[in-house]
Amino acid sequence: MAETIKLQFNIDGNNFVDAGAASGKVKKTLTQLGFDPAVIRRAAIAMYEGEINMVIHADGGVADVYIDSDKIRIVLSDKGPGIADVELAMKEGYSTASQEARDLGFGAGMGLPNMKNYTDEMTVNSKVGVGTTVEMIINC
Amino acid sequence: MKQTYFHSVTLDKEKCMGCTNCIRRCPTEAIRVRDGKARIIKERCIDCGECIRVCPYHAKQALTDPFSSIEKFKYKIALPAPALYGQFHNVRDINVILNGLKEIGFDDVYEVARAAEIVTIATMDLLMQKKLEMPVISTACPAILRLIRVRFPSLIKNLLPLNAPMDLAAKLARRRAIEKKGIPPEDIGVFFISPCPAKVTTLHEPLGEDTSPVDGVIAISEVYKKLAPILGSLKPKEKLVRAGLKGVNWCHSGGEAKALSKDAYLAVDGIDNVISVLESLEDNQISHVEFVEACACAGGCVGGPLTVENGYAARARIEQISKKLTSYETERELPQIDLEDVLISKPIEYVPILKLDDDRAVAMQKMQEMKAIEERLPKLDCGSCGAPSCKALAEDVVRGFGREIDCIHNLRSKVNELVREISELEM
Repeated sequence: MAETIKLQFNIDGNNFVDAGAASGKVKKTLTQLGFDPAVIRRAAIAMYEGEINMVIHADGGVADVYIDSDKIRIVLSDKGPGIADVELAMKEGYSTASQEARDLGFGAGMGLPNMKNYTDEMTVNSKVGVGTTVEMIINC
Repeated sequence: MKQTYFHSVTLDKEKCMGCTNCIRRCPTEAIRVRDGKARIIKERCIDCGECIRVCPYHAKQALTDPFSSIEKFKYKIALPAPALYGQFHNVRDINVILNGLKEIGFDDVYEVARAAEIVTIATMDLLMQKKLEMPVISTACPAILRLIRVRFPSLIKNLLPLNAPMDLAAKLARRRAIEKKGIPPEDIGVFFISPCPAKVTTLHEPLGEDTSPVDGVIAISEVYKKLAPILGSLKPKEKLVRAGLKGVNWCHSGGEAKALSKDAYLAVDGIDNVISVLESLEDNQISHVEFVEACACAGGCVGGPLTVENGYAARARIEQISKKLTSYETERELPQIDLEDVLISKPIEYVPILKLDDDRAVAMQKMQEMKAIEERLPKLDCGSCGAPSCKALAEDVVRGFGREIDCIHNLRSKVNELVREISELEM
């Protein structure tokens, strides 16, 4: 069994322009490892949504990506406000994004639902005032 | 599958100074400087021509057919790209240019702009039938098609499954010569007058078809030398203009997309801009468009490396001289075509050139090594080792075509260390 490949990205809060940079790097790594394009696409979308979420809601955070030959695990951790009602946040169309973020075209309330749709497993651990950790697994 | 690699873009070793301009600009990191000369990694090159543009010593060139190659055929057909129309200072009528082509040796002219109109109609048909994966990505630019094939495999399903106008024009022109003029097929030579080196590659290594219907690709700059001196005084003998404005507008960025009369389109030009849009498409960041037109060259085909005139000036001139065209020639006179003629016959396939190894476990091991090497490199991306970045050098090392000691910064510290050790020995 090959050793897990670990990638870590610091996601800069309030930087919409840079959002997607980590997703791009993950895509390149997965392509070099020869993962199926469909799997890469799912990881890219989940990763991008996660990045954007942390920028909009949590002033940034850290994304850790663990790549094994049969699965990709993405862990997003932030020290943001936390999610009061995770179940509600998972509903399509529900969003607490700021007006500024909405003006930029974000905040459609599809972030978390999309992340769940494009991954095989997703767990959200959140504590109001402390932060949120989202763990996503894509099996391949 | 046998994989051959023909490339239009090649290097003139004599002229190459071994500088790093091209390695840094190459969008697929396909160039390395080794032993003081640039080398193109054939599997990676998409023939976009970016290196031709940036090389200060003109050491990169596009292999095209010489004008004299038309003499191999008895019946010679010219397929002018609409970008040709913008090259001449002294011409205010497209018909003069088309008659000029007959003057310099061609027997017939078929405008690629006319085939472009047919591709537009076929695209609209497919969009109406809702059989396409959204958003649809144009396949008109051969460099972008090749880029997607090697770097954006998840977008292959979004590619418009239609022939590019050049190929369709060649098919229709050949058919017209056989059916209407009774010319024996073996006597017919079809030549594309091209702004684009990647079109030469398409001829030798077609995508979407088994063989190319084109017999040769001649650079616009080559035809220019023959046409420019005679066009000023040329009186057209016949009306050869058959394409309308919508077809001619394909020569610049946005022309193809606008011709579809859809609001939800995106047109992007310049290879770096295209890459950034394709990245966003992969991440599902762009969801409000139905059609994506992407041109590798800034400004679109008028900005192609095989043209003479500045691309923006050419576009301005084409806009002036195409004013009297009807918007859509094919609306008045629909040619006999069916969709089968326009559809590609072979699916576009992913070519995983970036893969480190076929065996996942080995690839992962190489990736770990690569990361370790990268850590030891100075992260200056100076290019002195001959690779475009420290990361690329690390990749070269694990692939077996580079050495860590190629890094001059690391080499210098090694040498300094040796000098110190020797001086300590002497004491």
